[in-house]
Formats: sequence, C-alpha cells, structure tokens
Amino acid sequence: MRPRRIKLFFFRIAAHLDPALILIVLFLMSVGLVCVYSASYPDNITRFNSQIINMILAFLLMILVAQISPHKLMRLAPIFYLAGFILLIAVDRFGVVVNGSRRWISLFGIIRIQPSEIMKIAMPMILAWYFHKNESTLTLKTFIVSGILLILPIIFILKQPDLGTSLLVGAAGFSVIFFAGLSWKIIMGFCAGGLAILPFVWERMHDYQRRRVLTLFDPSSDPLGAGYHIIQSTIAIGSGGVFGKGWLHGTQTHLKFIPEKHTDFIFAVLAEEWGIIGSIVLLFLFFCLIVRGLMISSTATTLFSRLLAASISMVFFIYAFVNIGMVSGFLPVVGVPLPFISYGGTALLTLMLGVGILMSIQTHRTLTK
Amino acid sequence: MNDFHHKQRELERFRRRLLLALAFIFSLFCALFSKLFYLQVLRHDHYTTLAESNRISLIPIIPNRGNILDRNGVILARNYSAFTLEITPSQIENIDKTIAALSEIIKIEPKDRRRFNRLLQESRNFDSIPIRTQLSDEEVASFSARRYRFPGVDIKARLFREYPEGNAAAHVIGYIGRINQKDEEWIRAEYQESNYKGTEHIGKIGVEQFYEFELHGTTGYAQLEIDANGRAVQILSSTSAVPGNNLKLTLDMGLQKVAESAFIDRRGALVALDPRNGAILAMVSAPTFDPNLFVDGIRSDDWEELNNNIDKPMLNRAIYSAYPPGSTFKPMMAMAALTEKKRTPQQTIYDPGYFIFGNHRFLDDKPGGHGIVDMMTSIVVSCNTYYYQLAADMGIDLIARFMGGLGLGKRTGIDIPGESDGILPSPEWKEKRFKKPEQQKWYAGETISVGIGQGYNAYTPLQMAHAYANILNYGKVFRPHLVDSINNPSTNETRTLEYPITRQIALDPKHVDFIKKAMAGVNKQGTGARAFANAPYESGGKTGTAQVFSLRGQKYVSGRLRERLRDHAWFIAFAPLENPTIVAAILVENSGFGAQYAAPIARRIFDYYLAGKAPEGALVPVEPEEETLEGEAEKHNSGENPHAPSPN
Repeated sequence: MRPRRIKLFFFRIAAHLDPALILIVLFLMSVGLVCVYSASYPDNITRFNSQIINMILAFLLMILVAQISPHKLMRLAPIFYLAGFILLIAVDRFGVVVNGSRRWISLFGIIRIQPSEIMKIAMPMILAWYFHKNESTLTLKTFIVSGILLILPIIFILKQPDLGTSLLVGAAGFSVIFFAGLSWKIIMGFCAGGLAILPFVWERMHDYQRRRVLTLFDPSSDPLGAGYHIIQSTIAIGSGGVFGKGWLHGTQTHLKFIPEKHTDFIFAVLAEEWGIIGSIVLLFLFFCLIVRGLMISSTATTLFSRLLAASISMVFFIYAFVNIGMVSGFLPVVGVPLPFISYGGTALLTLMLGVGILMSIQTHRTLTK
Repeated sequence: MNDFHHKQRELERFRRRLLLALAFIFSLFCALFSKLFYLQVLRHDHYTTLAESNRISLIPIIPNRGNILDRNGVILARNYSAFTLEITPSQIENIDKTIAALSEIIKIEPKDRRRFNRLLQESRNFDSIPIRTQLSDEEVASFSARRYRFPGVDIKARLFREYPEGNAAAHVIGYIGRINQKDEEWIRAEYQESNYKGTEHIGKIGVEQFYEFELHGTTGYAQLEIDANGRAVQILSSTSAVPGNNLKLTLDMGLQKVAESAFIDRRGALVALDPRNGAILAMVSAPTFDPNLFVDGIRSDDWEELNNNIDKPMLNRAIYSAYPPGSTFKPMMAMAALTEKKRTPQQTIYDPGYFIFGNHRFLDDKPGGHGIVDMMTSIVVSCNTYYYQLAADMGIDLIARFMGGLGLGKRTGIDIPGESDGILPSPEWKEKRFKKPEQQKWYAGETISVGIGQGYNAYTPLQMAHAYANILNYGKVFRPHLVDSINNPSTNETRTLEYPITRQIALDPKHVDFIKKAMAGVNKQGTGARAFANAPYESGGKTGTAQVFSLRGQKYVSGRLRERLRDHAWFIAFAPLENPTIVAAILVENSGFGAQYAAPIARRIFDYYLAGKAPEGALVPVEPEEETLEGEAEKHNSGENPHAPSPN
C-alpha cells in the first residue's frame, strides 16, 4: 500500500516538471560546474562543493515552485511585491554597506538578504497580476499605474547603487508592459524621452559607473584601472580560439589575470578553455531556454501566465546577454552574473524560482482548464 | 462574442510581440556571436600573443665575469659567491615594516637602506632586491630559523667581484662599479644592450674597463611563467649564460709588489716593460687604493677620502701624469744627434760651466764646468752645456720630429683607458696651445732648455719607458700592452694576443749600441753607480730631475708646501746590457735627485726580475755625493726667459 502512495506522490510532483526545461537547466548547470571548478582550481576548490549544494537547493526550490499553481502565484504576487518593496526601503535605511553599495539587509543578525534580488521575480509578477486584473479594460491609466509600480522600486535599487540589478528589474517590468500591449507610439516616446534624459543620468552616475561606460569605448585608455577587467577578459576570450586551451589550462584564468573569474567574469574562463565551441554551446543552451520559455508563454491560458512566462524568459535573456556582452567588451561592465554558470547561491535561487514558475505555468495549463 | 473576439485579437497581438521579441533576442545573440567570432577566430593570433606576453617573462641570467690573472697565474680579480638577503617588493605589503622587523635579526645599516631604496626605484616590482649583502654564516642561520615570519624575503647566493691582491696594481686592474648613465651610453654605442639586461656592474677603469666586453660574457635567458602578481609559477625554458673570458696579463705580480713597496709612502710612478715585445711587467702609480672598496658600492666616507686626498690616489700617474724628463732626455738627444748627423761620438766640446745664447747665460750645475766633454762623457756626467749646444745646433723642429718619431708626446696605445698625450714642445704645439700672439711665438731660447729635458717637455712614465724600449729595440716599435692572452673558460681555448711591430724607426744599430754603452757608463761610474754597485748583471741607466715650477691645481697645504716644491726624480734603466729584457721608467715625485730615490727602486726591481732576489728590508735612499750630483737643473741667472720656470 505504502510504496504505491509514495510512487503516486512522486508521480504527481513529476507531473508538474517540464522535461525540456529540466534538460536545458541540467546542461547549463553542468557547464557551470565545469567552469566553477576551473575558476576555483586549485586554491578555492571548496567553492565547487558549495556550488553543488547551491544547485541542489535551487533545484529543490524549482520543484517546489513548480507545484504551486499560477492561480496561487497570482494571489501571492501583491504580498511578494509589497514585502520586497518594504525591504528595499529598509535597506535604504538600515542596510549593510559592502564595497560602497548598500544592498544587503541583515535579518536577526543571522542571514543577509538582498531585497533587490526578490524584485527580479516580484516585479514581473505584480505587473502581470495588475494587467490580468484589468484585462478587459486596458486604458492609458492602466499603463501609467504599471509604470509607477515599475519605477518606484527601481529608484531604490539605483540608490543603493546597483546598476546591474536595476537594469534587470527594469527590463523584467518593461517586458511585461510591452507584452501587455503598450502602444508603439508610447514606446517610441519613452525611447526618445530616455535619450533626452541621458545627460541627467550621466550627471547622477557614480564615478566608477562613468568610468565603466567610458572604458567600454576605449578599454586601453585605462589599462591598469577600469579597463583592466575588459582587456584581460577579451585577451582570455580571444586567446581561447576555436577549440580553447583545454580544461584547467587557461593561462589567463590560472595565472589570475581574469578578475572575478568565478563570478561575473566566468564566461572568460569558459571561452578561454573551451574556445568558440564552448561559447556556441552556451549561447545555444541559453537560446533554447529562452525559446522554451517563450513557447510556454505563447500557449499559456491566462494573461497573468502569459505575461509572467514571457517576462521571465526576457529576464533570462537580459541576464545572459548583458553578462556575455560585458565580458567580451561589447557592453559596459555591469555587475551581472552569468545565469546558471556563475558561482553564488542568491542569483541561482532567483533563476530557478523563475524556471519553477515557468514549469508551473506549463504544467497547470491542462489541469486548471 | 465580442469579448471573445477582443480576447482573440489581444492574443494575436501578444503572439506577434512574442515573435518580435524572439527576433530581437535572436539578432542580439547573433551580434554576441559575431563579437565572439571576431575575438576568438579572426583576432585569435593577436590575443594569443597578448596572453603569452602576459604570462611569459624573460629573466636574464647574468654570466660570470671572467677572472684576471697575472703572467704567472696569480689571481688579480675573481668572483666569489656570497649570501645576500633579498626582498621581493611585489610579495610584501609593507616594505618599511618588513625591514624594521628584519633589522631586529640582522644588522641593517643606513647605507644598506639607501642602496635598497635606490635599487627599488630602478627595478621592477617583482625583482628581488638585496637589502644586505655578504651575510655571515651566523646571520644566514639566524634568518633561516625565522624565515616563516618573512614571506617575500629570501636568502640568495650572488656573485661578487673580489681583488685578492688588494691595492696592488689597482690602477692597472681597475674595478667594477654599478652601471651609470655614461656606461649605458657606452653599452648602447657598442650594441650590447640586450647582452647587458640584468647586468648591474661594469668595468670602470683599467683592464676591467678596457676589456669589459671580453670579461662580461653572454647573458642567458630563462622564460618564466608569471601570474598577474608577477610571481614566477614555472620555468618554461632557459638558455644558459656563457661566462666571460679570463684575461692573462703580462704583469708580474711579484715584480709589481717589489716595485710598489719600494715607493714606501712616496708619490710617483713606475713602468717596467719588456722591450722585446712591449709587454708591461709592472706598472705602479703611488699612492694606490683598494679596488675592493668599489665592488659593493663605495661608502661615501671612503669616496670622500679617496677623492679629496691631496695625493690623488685615484690618479694613474704612470699613464696620465706628464713630467718634464729632465736629464733622462739626454740619451735621446744624443741619439737624435747621431741619427741626424749633428754630432759624432768623438766630437768634443769645451764646457766652461755655462752656455751663452743671445744675451742669456745657461748654467751647468758644476761650477767651472766639465771641461772637455765628448758624447759618452756628456751622458755619464750629465753635462748640460753639451746639450745646450746640441739643442741650439739641431733646432726645435728637428728635435720635435725625432722625439715624436720615438713616440714621445703622443699616446702609446696601451690597453687601459686614461692615457694622456704629454707635451712634445714645438712651434706648432705652442701656436695651438696658447691664445695670445705673443705667447704663441717660439723663442730660440726655449729650444735650449728643451735640450736638457726641461721647459715645456712633459711625458708620462709610460711614454718614457716606451721611447727607451724603441731605442733599445733598434727602432722596432711594439704597442705597450697589459693583456697577454684571453682564455675562454667554456671551451678552454686560449688565444694569445698578437702584438706585431707597429712601425720601424730609422736608427743605426751602431748608434744604439753606443747609447747603450753610455748608459751602462752611468750605472758604472755615473749617477747610477752607487745604486747599481755589485749588481750581478750589466745594466744601463740615466737619472733625471724634473723641475716643479708650478703648484697650479694643487691645494695649498702649508706644512707640505715646501715638500711639494721639490723636484721630481727620474730614473730610466734597462738590463741586461746585451739584449735587454726589461726597461723601466721610474718617477718619484718631489724627492729631489734621481739617483737618491729613483735609482734604488730600479735596482730592486732588476734584482728581483733578473736575479730572483727578493728585496730585504725597506728601501734605503742613496746618499747624494758631491761629485755625482747631477748638473741638469737649469740654473738661470736672469728671469727674462719667457719660459723661465720659477719656483714661486
């Protein structure tokens, strides 16, 4: 009797998992482990072990979230958003300053959490929720309110300051508004307005942020300062060639020329040791992940599900694009990790939460019909 | 229905936008791919080069400098390995703190700190820089025990230059010192920059400088893999250094030391060479200095001492200081007279004790004169009047031409730097030397003093030895030299340097033999007789006295002034009489008569060199005798001569 019930239990859980997404994510994580191992070899090899634990935890979170129906998720959305927003205000007041940024808040002095990370998922959820609630009466007012919901938390994240996260949160929110059907006129208008306020944004930027933007255009202008990261990572990528230097044989990696090689710059490790073959495999895996997400979105049954799935897919894309673009000297240096590959638990949990939501949307489709 | 229709339209728009997003994503991925393609495929070679130059550092391996030996294999300069305490700044957070902690274990003097700071500025951050050199065994042990406390600090074995003979022949051997800007220009001019990467020292004077590129060797290279902090990870490849060549000098260190000790505390110079080939057997410049002081960077107080010393120990008097030859000029004048057919040996003159030229009376120093004097007597008794007359008969142009032919008044081309030309007076020389027209004119009276080796005449001891060697060789001229052969320690091949006859002076062998006989007379009955009494070999010689007529350029020191106004003593000697194997020019500054101080030095070195007799006790000056006192000092009874030297 009993084994049958357990079997049934596992069967019900498995029913809410998407095999295609699992396959893609497992591939990505494997690539990630290979790279983290190399980036930590031989001095910090314990990182490899803790990354395995991070992955297992994140994987469990994904399975858990996949069980929650989109309907329930929708009800959670306002709570999630409000909690995140309050925490952002709390960070602004009592946050811990690390490396010149106030990003973390210490809860009971035990765990440090980064509320801006919550916003990466809470933002598309609240906006999808809001558009879903006003599905039949989409007016300009709806878009204005959604704009406010988007802007407020971003202001606090920018104040920390955290350019990378605000970019991701902004992109996630904007994609919801875009998919909800914001008229092209307004989009164009915003683009023009955005260009117009660029000089003011430049004024408000921190020196290090400005330097990063400037060195993007000419990394060699500051070879030992802000340009050093970009120069060394492009050398790593370029010297990798077609087939790469071989696992654990990247000279740029192992002679410590690549900064932050296990986190933000891990793509340079991959490209140096596995060459353009490795780069193509990674780009392909990301593309598959995004396409699968968009497919789930296009077949989702409710507006909330559609918008959320599409937005999460866009977050994955922005993550990957901004990171690889930065490491290869295509975009300015913005502190964004490479999804599923970079070492670190927080980003991984957020990403797998997103994958779990995608699975929930995909697998609850027929069940909630 | 309417609602459904509306929813349908919404869904279509949503899917349109999804497709649009997909296209956007795809195109940006394509952009990323093209960037990666550009980096990894198109520019791969470029970035590979960058990555390689990032990780590979060429470290020069400095070759061992060649040794310098004397003709019998006595080591004059060598390298020894000593422990140094070295700091690699890139591996240390706070250099000052580290040094402070180190100084509790090992004595670090302010001098060490200064040198370290200087080296720190000159070197790259990941070079290892010595803070202390020549650690004792106790210091090595005491640091090794506490080594774990000092990451980035190491004990290394380095090679140091050492001159085991100390201050003996220091001017000849020279010394090495740190490469300065002038040396760098020299290295560049010789296209040796790549070979000197990593080399810190270079020859400064003497053989060390002249044969720098023989002694240095070829620098090797190690390819090191370094990390972003400049730390060496592994050696990729290496080309070993080729050690520098060893030099065997012509110098005889035994002879050199006998010669040096004979100077006691007097200033002066000595050049002894083998007339048969120009090999320098001994070269003294007294006082001397200890080249070992320079090896590790000279201490400022030592430098002050050497530099400000009134006796100028750093000056190589043997090749740089030019002195009037005095009566040592007379045998050469006699040679000139015979060669130019102005006199025969038998021709006599009457010496009343003076020579009248124009309205001047040039005095012989023997009151009443020598009476009837032939050429032989003129040399043996050093008769001034004979040469006053001879000079007047020959004229300055002929004298200058002949003496120039002997090699006087120009550099001999010896293989150490720092030689001076000396002064061979002539109307052309005077015209070049002086600015004012009245000074440029040559006065016939000046020729008369030139005839006895005074006046403007000034030659280095080396030139004098060289000129006499040329005469003794019957006119065959060899370049005076210090290096006999060069040994390559890698192949153990020895290359003996060739010193062929550079030119032939037209001299009649009969005349040469006559001059030799006359000079032998000096050592038998003349001014050299007392110094050479009972010598087990036959020798020739000639004393001379160089007038000191100016203290220009010397600092006024009241107590010593009088001493420094005394005349310089010369002695030229050679032996054996038949086929001489050694000729020596000796100058003792401010010692008065040549016979008194200079001649005994010649006796000592000849005894050692020819009879193997080591000198016993300190040199005792020969007491001057009434009869053998020289008469060469030009005594003027009037101050009207334009060249007239004045002791004031």
